[in-house]
Amino acid sequence: MKFIFKFFEPNKIFLITSKAPKYVMALFVIVISIGLLEALIFSPEDYKQSHSVRIMYVHVPAAWISLGIFSSMTFLSLSGYIFKNKNFFLIAKSLAPSGFVFNVIALVTGSIWGKPTWGTWWAWDARITSMLILALFYLMYLVAWRIYEDKDYVLKVTSIITLMGIINVPIIKYSVDWWNTLHQPASINVLSKSSIHSSMLFPLLIMTAAFALFSLLIFLMKYNTELIKIKNKGLDRL
Amino acid sequence: MITELIYMSGYGIYVWSAFAFTLFSFLSLYVVTKIHYIKEKNKFESKFGALDSKKAEVARSQVVNRKILSSTHNI
Repeated sequence: MKFIFKFFEPNKIFLITSKAPKYVMALFVIVISIGLLEALIFSPEDYKQSHSVRIMYVHVPAAWISLGIFSSMTFLSLSGYIFKNKNFFLIAKSLAPSGFVFNVIALVTGSIWGKPTWGTWWAWDARITSMLILALFYLMYLVAWRIYEDKDYVLKVTSIITLMGIINVPIIKYSVDWWNTLHQPASINVLSKSSIHSSMLFPLLIMTAAFALFSLLIFLMKYNTELIKIKNKGLDRL
Repeated sequence: MITELIYMSGYGIYVWSAFAFTLFSFLSLYVVTKIHYIKEKNKFESKFGALDSKKAEVARSQVVNRKILSSTHNI
């Protein structure tokens, strides 16, 4: 196990993360260009929702990525304590800004989609409310890193925030099954057949890949910044 | 065709504003993250420049420090 963690040492990771952003950026530009063409031009309109269905291509990937990032942050915070490796906390911290922005994108684009579909910008529907709660957990996590000076204390506080927030993740996922909500049940299932047509599934997956690449890009930039911050403190100690 | 792409049967305003908000958020997050990165890197370079030759040698012996100093246009 110690051998594996040697690869997780910030000094070793920095050699990769300092080079990676330019390649990830190039790949992101290619994938998002294809995704936008598919989402805005080539994919068909929906028989019920007409062209407003195109909002799905930014709304759904943003929601998926924000949920995925929060789950990863919780896993990393827990791993940080179990394996006593502070680098896990640093990775979680570097993931948080993109997770929060994706959460806000999901809320805003959902609101824009709600107007032509449901006739309202906002409803206190179970799915929307639980997504808003997730945004608040993200916000608390980011604010905690800013306001607390004591390093050990901030690790505790941020871990508690992720542990409390993770309870909300299955609520978001199953809210459409547990309660009567304005949202439709999931159209995409990993274990069973998806009810979405392939002509819409393809652009959705391309846009998800583009969003994942963007969050990776931001993570790498943020992680490099955090490492340089640590090195700055190291120079002070010399 | 262009008119139809913009108008989208009356839904254009919703679709384009959702995509515009997303791309604007991406751009903002990228710019803010990059500014933070450049600030920290500049701080590192000026601190490194202020070290006396002995301390600078010790600092330069670390691979990461050398990498930071050489990675001017990595992002």
